[in-house]
Amino acid sequence: MIYEPSVIAVFVFFVFVGITLGLSFYLGRRAKSSQGYFAAHGQIHWAVNGIAFAGDYLSAASFLGICGMIAFYGYDGFLYSIGYLAGWIVALFVIAEPMKRLGKFTFADALNANYGSRGIKLVAGISTLVVSIFYLIPQMVGAGVLIQPLLGFPHWLGVVIVGAVVITIVVTAGMVSTTYVQFLKGSLLIVFSLVLTVLILGRGFGTKELPWDNQQVGNLTFPLQLDLQPEAAQQWAAFQAAMQWQTIESGGVEFSRATDPLTGRQYYFRILGSGYGDRSNTVELTQWVTRTPDGLVSVNGLPLGMDEGQAVLSPVGRVHDVGDSRESTGPLGPISFFDEFSRTQVELWRKVVHREPDGSVTDIYFREIKPGSQVLTPGEHPRFKGIRSENPLDKLNFLSLMLALFCGTASLPHILIRYYTVPSEIAARKSTIVGIGTIGFFYILTLYMGIGAMTSGALDVTDSNMAAPLLAQSFGEWLFAIISAIAFTTVLGTVSGLIIASSGAVAHDLVQSFAKDELGDFYQVRLAKIASIVVGVIAIVLGILFKELNVSYLVGWAFSVAASANLPSLVMLLFWKGTTRTGIIVAVTVGMVSSLAWILLSADTFTKVYGLPADSALVPFSQPGIVTIPLGFLTLIVVSLFTQKRPEEA
Amino acid sequence: MKNHVSTLGLVLFGIYLLLYLGFVLLTAFWPDSMQFKVYGEVNLAVFYGFGLILVAFVLAIIYGIFGKTDEKPADAESMGGDGEEGP
Repeated sequence: MIYEPSVIAVFVFFVFVGITLGLSFYLGRRAKSSQGYFAAHGQIHWAVNGIAFAGDYLSAASFLGICGMIAFYGYDGFLYSIGYLAGWIVALFVIAEPMKRLGKFTFADALNANYGSRGIKLVAGISTLVVSIFYLIPQMVGAGVLIQPLLGFPHWLGVVIVGAVVITIVVTAGMVSTTYVQFLKGSLLIVFSLVLTVLILGRGFGTKELPWDNQQVGNLTFPLQLDLQPEAAQQWAAFQAAMQWQTIESGGVEFSRATDPLTGRQYYFRILGSGYGDRSNTVELTQWVTRTPDGLVSVNGLPLGMDEGQAVLSPVGRVHDVGDSRESTGPLGPISFFDEFSRTQVELWRKVVHREPDGSVTDIYFREIKPGSQVLTPGEHPRFKGIRSENPLDKLNFLSLMLALFCGTASLPHILIRYYTVPSEIAARKSTIVGIGTIGFFYILTLYMGIGAMTSGALDVTDSNMAAPLLAQSFGEWLFAIISAIAFTTVLGTVSGLIIASSGAVAHDLVQSFAKDELGDFYQVRLAKIASIVVGVIAIVLGILFKELNVSYLVGWAFSVAASANLPSLVMLLFWKGTTRTGIIVAVTVGMVSSLAWILLSADTFTKVYGLPADSALVPFSQPGIVTIPLGFLTLIVVSLFTQKRPEEA
Repeated sequence: MKNHVSTLGLVLFGIYLLLYLGFVLLTAFWPDSMQFKVYGEVNLAVFYGFGLILVAFVLAIIYGIFGKTDEKPADAESMGGDGEEGP
């Protein structure tokens, strides 16, 4: 689709950025010491910190990614919501208070509390950097991808704006301003998600007309019901005779391609026989986008554009049949929403890719109709198909992902450092409780927003990330502007947290693991500020370089690597007196390297990154967690047992 | 080194772990069970999923109320006071 940038969205966004930067400069004078820079003096109120947890944690992947995945595949996106929230239970009951008690500025501090080891600082610092960079890239690319449809700026400008604003936030007042930006973003995200949800419930479900219902080809209007439109059926026969036909099979679906011998224009049809319910004996025109090797893009057989003789893809997504012969359900409650949805038939759009020998590639989008009750059960998305298969390896992949989500949250450095910003252990606990309440509430709303978007009639078949903003647009321009601006602010909040975690890892852990003496306070802050700028610039460059790649899977990498590298040491340190310095160093290294190696050799990476066939992958399933997390624990125990008797030198 | 984690915390953690494990194993090995209609047409997947989120919050509240802490009561000030951010 082509997006009309909204002036209101640009205005709302710059108001947000203005407030954020103003706040940072105002707070800047408070954060001169390292204690202020890294930990906001440990003086943040627990309630503020709790909401800031939400602002830190709920990235663009949570808001746009999960809503989009639910809008296109139903319940499967919600599996991420469940897993991402469940991880907070580990944080609350196991990690939060010891983290606060043992550490000072960084996650490495807590690991190193009893050992005073340079080696631990070094490996924990490296693991922080690796995890944070993996997390940063998709946020930055996301900023660029978002800014174009939302605000109308080019990709690189989106990345540069986010980078520049975040560097300013972090350099002016470190953790103090980061905390308030995250607090602001967390609050806005929750409030406006609630507003959207209330509007969705008020709208209920209803059938609606969409532009796609009246696709004109010559004097024919598609979809064409051959049984019900006898005159049209005759015209269709004439149309068939005048065209050249070819059967295209892609992804297990058959398409009929008609080529007009006079103009050369092509059309992709799905000709449905009997057995398609109320669509039996119907000819549907699909939607398709063709890219030729020399870079020309055409949509539905015409050049991409809004003018006469050009075409854009139609918005989709609606209830096909409300059930009980009704047109609409009227306003719904939070439970009856799912009750009614389960009685509907919904239209979901699927994509297959067709390649021609001449190098041109056509993405064909076509509608499928599924019962709402099926859409609300796991297993629709290709990634989760394994749930419904008999192959045990496919099930292992799912188990492994759910394990990584559960263990990953409490191992993410940018989340862990937030425990140092509160004054006490009890405040750490309370802020986690507020965090769980806020984040959990948001994740519950994701299912309403996702289903709301699925039935909004506003979806862009090519871009699931746009589902939430387009849903907002279906309610009005102002809401679209605010949701777009919030989506963008979402990136700011999370990226600030990541940059400060990385700068802490550089200035406090890595450099000090090499330095002869402890760095003075002034130099530590200066070094951290320089590190923030450097990491920020690297993030900008990576965000521009990775432009063309769909990098959302990197968040999954970050979770798996964090869980495998960090969690075993954190947990064993608390529960086993025999844990040794060497045990921690080796376990972090083995967890990090093994999970990374597994990911790089997996089918997911083979297909998405290297463009190689999935069956040439060297590991049996894609998600490493179920192997590499236990491996981390095992390594720590074995190495600790072997190094038990040695006197511990620092 | 003394144990840093409270017993109540571990018990609550165990409860949640079992519930989460139940959800994941049911989904993986008995996916049809998730279609079971619990209330009207609303299936187990929706209720179990929402349940996992709500139970997390309930357990967190229980921990907040009953969980012991070996800190001095001085920190109790931070419980209800106004914002105390910055010197």
